[in-house]
Amino acid sequence: MKLPRFVIPTLVAVIFLGGWEWFVRVGHVNDVLVPAPSQILKWFWDSLLNGELLSATWVTMRRLIIGFAIGAALGVPLGALCARVRWIRDTLGVLALGLQTLPSVCWVPLALLWFGQEESALLFVVVMGTIWAVVIAVQESVLNVQPLYLRAAMTMGSKGWHLWLRVILPAALPGVLSGMKQGWAFAWRSLMAAEIFVVILTGFGLGSLLHAGRELLRMDQVMGVMTVVVLVGLLADLIFFSPLERWLRRSRGL
Amino acid sequence: MNPASYKTHPSAALTLRNVTKRFNGAAGCVTALDDITLDVKEGEFLVLVGPSGCGKSTLLSLLAGLDQVDEGAIRLGEEPVRSPGRDRLVMFQQDALFPWLNALENVMFGLRLKPDLTEAERLESARYYLSLVGLADKEKARPHELSGGMRQRVALARSLAPNPRVLLMDEPFSALDALTRDQLYRDIQDIFTKRKKTIVLVTHNIREAVCLGDRVVLLSPNPGRVRQIFDINLPRPRRINDPELASLAAEVTDALSSHLSRSHEGLA
Repeated sequence: MKLPRFVIPTLVAVIFLGGWEWFVRVGHVNDVLVPAPSQILKWFWDSLLNGELLSATWVTMRRLIIGFAIGAALGVPLGALCARVRWIRDTLGVLALGLQTLPSVCWVPLALLWFGQEESALLFVVVMGTIWAVVIAVQESVLNVQPLYLRAAMTMGSKGWHLWLRVILPAALPGVLSGMKQGWAFAWRSLMAAEIFVVILTGFGLGSLLHAGRELLRMDQVMGVMTVVVLVGLLADLIFFSPLERWLRRSRGL
Repeated sequence: MNPASYKTHPSAALTLRNVTKRFNGAAGCVTALDDITLDVKEGEFLVLVGPSGCGKSTLLSLLAGLDQVDEGAIRLGEEPVRSPGRDRLVMFQQDALFPWLNALENVMFGLRLKPDLTEAERLESARYYLSLVGLADKEKARPHELSGGMRQRVALARSLAPNPRVLLMDEPFSALDALTRDQLYRDIQDIFTKRKKTIVLVTHNIREAVCLGDRVVLLSPNPGRVRQIFDINLPRPRRINDPELASLAAEVTDALSSHLSRSHEGLA
């Protein structure tokens, strides 16, 4: 008999979590160091009821989404410009390649100095996390558009903006999308680091919540927030990027 | 078309005068085309044949305006050809359909670039040409959902729909199976006789050349030159298996191989 695919993963999860719970309860480890799953779940429930968790998640998500949108909106035209103009590619394009390797949390000291302990400082960090990956993805995928498409479009009288909007960008879309996905991942990591790193008075995000757990030696809170961070990352992929990629692949028969 | 507009209609004759094209490659400067002088009459179906490397595709790129001549001049009617234009549409070896558009939208692409039409007229025209190539029921299909032959037929509809004065075809049948190809030969001849376009076709298939062309121009390589021009005076529609056509094709093939062996002797 063939088991449904979910049976084994569920079984493994139950055994793992049950074993962990048992290990902590019988006192093999100090539950201050490693809280039991039930403790994490209790923290989760309590902070859900008192609104702390939802408000922190909202603050973080708002920063991430606004910052990502700004980064992507700037990154697409800049990437296109890099692809179009050789000297911009040799300057901005190379700079983007370098800055892409820089974890954008490194911008935090400058951001605090420039913007103060304000929302805009964290937005800046998220934008820096997003923009370079998008610039490079757009540049590369525009440069890799099949010349045949361009030739066909040009003979039909397409040029300038029409060529860009109707041919080059649609043709480059799959590459642009994977660049955005990468930019999103970079921005998410950097935002977490930045929120743990600095207190922003205008909003108490998930990173701050995690940091507070550390100060209070509440490892149930720390691990609870970590779980939420993972879940948010998974959900973004599940409800946004994956469906978009699937649709793109299916409609083009890739 | 009414007679008045016919008079003002600009000529669709192509003239090539001393056209030379060179490429700088790894092996130094290669003369792809050397001093080509040729006239394509309005409403003529001209076929360029020759072995690979004779510059026939290069010549088509020049006619399309996708590439520039190094010496000489190309004119369409009175105007010099310098850049791509809607008056000369190209059918490529691969279909070059846009995968993000369905069949109808692909055909609409060129029509949408014609400013003097309403959206309803464009739609009507796109549907007409799709049905002309026998794909009226496939208008919603994406390119990847169509067979190679169907895709090439959509590409044909896309090239015809904006009503270009000249249709340039770069080996559009070479990647198709024999049955599909025969069907397309019939379609093309049908459209050619009905709509009287100037057509330039590039191919290395000599039987195809004789089947479709009013004249067949034989090019030879290193450097690309016009070797011989054959007038094909067979009645249309022609069938690819016609014995008369086959014997004419054999004549052209003989001419081609004699030129080739002569140029080999020249090299030795």
